Amino acid sequence: MQTVNDVLSESVRKEIEHWLTKFPADRRESAVIPALTAAQEQNGGWLTEEIMNAVAEYIGMPRVSVYEVATFYSMFDREPCGRHKINVCTNICCMLMGSDSVVEYIENKLGIKQGETTADGKFTMKIEEECLAACGGGPMMVVDGHYYEKLTPEKIDTILDGLD
Amino acid sequence: MSAKPEINADDMVNIEINGVPMQAAKGSMIIHAADDANIYIPRFCYHKKLPIAANCRMCLVEVEGVPKPLPACATPVMDGMKVLTSSDFAKKAQQGVMEFLLINHPLDCPICDQGGECELQDIAMGYGRSVSRFAEKKRIVKDKNIGPLIATEMTRCIHCTRCIRTIELVGGDKELGGMGRGTKTLIGTYIERSVNSEMSGNVIDVCPVGALTAKPSRFAARAWEMRSTAGVAGHDCIGSNINTHIRNKEVVRVVPAENEKINEVWISDRDRYAYEGLNSDSRLTAPMIKVNGEWVETDWNTALEEVVEGMRANKDNLAGLMSPNVTTEEAFLMQKLLRDMGATSVDHRIGQQDFSDDGQAPLASSLGSSVEALESLDAALLIGSNIRHDQPIASHRLRKAADNGAKVMLLNSIDFDINFPIAEFIITHPDAFAADLAAMVKVALEQNSSATPDGLGALINDVIVTDVHRDIVANLTSANNSSVIIGAQAMALADLSVIRSLAGLLATLTNAQFGYLSRGANSIGASLAGAVPYAGVGGKAVSAGRNAKEMFDSPAAAYMLMNVEPEHDCIDPVQATSALKAADFVVCLTPFASDVMRDYADVLLPTAPYSETSGTFVNAAGTWQRFSANCAPLGETRPAWKVLRVLGNLLDLNGYDYLSSEEVRAEVARDTGQLKLDNTQDWQCPASLGGASGIVRITDLPIYAVDNVVRRADALQQTVHAVSETIAMNQATADKLGVSGAIRVVVAQHDDEISGELCIDARIADDCVLVSSGTVLSSGLGVPYQTITVTKD
Ligand code: SF4
Ligand code: FES
Ligand code: FES
Repeated sequence: MQTVNDVLSESVRKEIEHWLTKFPADRRESAVIPALTAAQEQNGGWLTEEIMNAVAEYIGMPRVSVYEVATFYSMFDREPCGRHKINVCTNICCMLMGSDSVVEYIENKLGIKQGETTADGKFTMKIEEECLAACGGGPMMVVDGHYYEKLTPEKIDTILDGLD
Repeated sequence: MSAKPEINADDMVNIEINGVPMQAAKGSMIIHAADDANIYIPRFCYHKKLPIAANCRMCLVEVEGVPKPLPACATPVMDGMKVLTSSDFAKKAQQGVMEFLLINHPLDCPICDQGGECELQDIAMGYGRSVSRFAEKKRIVKDKNIGPLIATEMTRCIHCTRCIRTIELVGGDKELGGMGRGTKTLIGTYIERSVNSEMSGNVIDVCPVGALTAKPSRFAARAWEMRSTAGVAGHDCIGSNINTHIRNKEVVRVVPAENEKINEVWISDRDRYAYEGLNSDSRLTAPMIKVNGEWVETDWNTALEEVVEGMRANKDNLAGLMSPNVTTEEAFLMQKLLRDMGATSVDHRIGQQDFSDDGQAPLASSLGSSVEALESLDAALLIGSNIRHDQPIASHRLRKAADNGAKVMLLNSIDFDINFPIAEFIITHPDAFAADLAAMVKVALEQNSSATPDGLGALINDVIVTDVHRDIVANLTSANNSSVIIGAQAMALADLSVIRSLAGLLATLTNAQFGYLSRGANSIGASLAGAVPYAGVGGKAVSAGRNAKEMFDSPAAAYMLMNVEPEHDCIDPVQATSALKAADFVVCLTPFASDVMRDYADVLLPTAPYSETSGTFVNAAGTWQRFSANCAPLGETRPAWKVLRVLGNLLDLNGYDYLSSEEVRAEVARDTGQLKLDNTQDWQCPASLGGASGIVRITDLPIYAVDNVVRRADALQQTVHAVSETIAMNQATADKLGVSGAIRVVVAQHDDEISGELCIDARIADDCVLVSSGTVLSSGLGVPYQTITVTKD
């Protein structure tokens, strides 16, 4: 049987430990988001059931509570995905600023629809992204955690082409 | 010592709801005050027994001076607050919420199992609008398979999260959760698995819609076709209150009835689904007699004549055995009948082997407190108890205590899966229980330097005291409110009397209460009614007879059995069945017929299970709970009290003219009236603490094998807790016995031998081999807690 240590690498466990120090001892669950983030990173961008169970065991919280968190937040993926995750905000402000055409442009450029991954495993377009709190810069997107605002086709090309 | 704070005027505020002035406790919510005043506010997520989630918004009300509607379940009362629950403003808010809730909810109540008893349906009628403006597509959610007990139809879910909170709070493990978010929220387990809590069915009652319903009774009846009748659950010593729903003379389902002192609003799955056994095919529906070895159906007169003849012919050597699940009235009449015939051997303690302290030990082994009081304990030591499965409601109470910091401690041979924090535990060979308790007694004696009771000094001199013993004693002593409790599993121990003495002494020395959570639904009632061989009703002196074990060890010529299946229930199934087979005459008063029974019996009388008779169960706390028949007896079945009464008359005995079970009960109550339930006993020094006897066969009483009804309940038998027919031991024991790696093993005890599948189970203590009772395997073995040999098959 695999143990937690087999599933979570030492650096992930270190990272979790680091976050655990930031919360009271009886509030270990508070570290679940950074813990899942680190574990997802280690696994190439997505979470398996095994990883979620290991995180639950490591922190000492019910598995179901970890699943709840992992399914709630759109930054967690539970299926294999590309090396780069593109999140285009399609909420109201960005929509008014033309996010629909941003989506269309990227879809055409990469040949995938929202929610799909390119055949070479390079890009995943997340299915639908709600307000990412950069309304003033709409239309905008987040790629691998970096915010890009006031998007234009040229800008998108530079950003995406610049990734390996 | 219940921790209910006195409410004084300072803690109260004055508020007004719908113009009615009232007082409400500071910090309580508007909905609490409204409920207390019988002013109904619609709600879905709020449930008085669950933590407040405030996520459905159905309870919106108007509060004067506040521009927005407020949720009554999450808005604390404030002095001078004026609440309007059905002003136009409030109604509009409620209608708005209702409309949102119905956006995704199917509007097909006629094909929903919940239709007619649905909170959503009711509230939509009362607080909704008659039209929906939502023309878009409704979402559809795939149903989930969460096991044989609960049916799901998740499209109907309104995400109130009551089920999530219930399974966590009452079930004890967080088995359900809310996955996803927004319109995509799904309630479930995420990965497909069954919900395994022994209290899982409670999510059905709290679910306000038809998303979670009872699988076995799904689509079996409409709410308005069923008659709801009150009853008392008959499978453990807690006596949970239930409502039994009847359609066409058949029990369709069982739901909890509220009783704050006992089961609050919950019941165990065993109490909820056991009714399936009542409707099983093996119900006996007419009296039967054996003629020349062939069974024939007959009328009551003929059958009873047979019984009279059989009993008269063997009246010098008659014995009677009943289960601890019979009603007090039945127990009383059976012992009275047998004793009036001159018999002395009558008992109900089917799962016990050590009777050496009969007469010294308390007549009835009670809890020593109320069920409710379990939750205010600060420390408890459980001996030989799988409380979670033995008495799920008691376990729920104790878990509340443990969650509040109570130190719950265990002494067992199996590391049972307990779903609350355990402060200390000892998992050991049953032969070591006495030594462990003696060690605790030794610590306690040293601690409070009280005089060592007679004879004990020599016994405890050499016992080895460990830190665990010290910690257990320290926890018991330092607690304000602690208890030492002997559990149902302990009743079968070979040295029960020793355990009892030492545990009682330990309780005295540590200032703890001393009590029992015993086996069966009514062992206390049966004991009080005189169904023990050493005492009559109310402890009255009688000429002593043979107990539940002895009556088979030295067989009687004739037996009367009531509501018992000796091959599963008796401590020594092999001895019991062989004595029954050899007997001249055996009559069974039983709701069920089995092949084994047909083999040894001469007359089978169909008597009513608890759902078809009136009677009284006395629970662990000593509460007499009377119930009426839920439905008419099946076929020719008759209540056992009537059968015994008629038998008394046919046997020309005096005093069998009862017109109702109420009269029988009144007589028992009169004769036991002066008796107070008390577990203290005079100190009897055990002769020895026993010692290692090598490899022993241990037993447990699996949750769904406890009695004849439960064993026939199909859905329960499909759960993960169903009876497992295995021979289990830990790896070390398997290695020691040289059977490691074997598929099947043979267990031999004296002349008996069984062979079964080997199961390696790390929960079991060293040198112990578990064959659960109530199983087919165990019916091939003799008395448990004795040495055995194990070999590869
Ligand atoms: S399944 Fe029932 S109890 Fe659970 S969240 Fe849905 S509606 Fe509420
Ligand atoms: S709407 Fe796009 S960032 Fe807020
Ligand atoms: S009952 Fe108040 S918000 Fe649900």
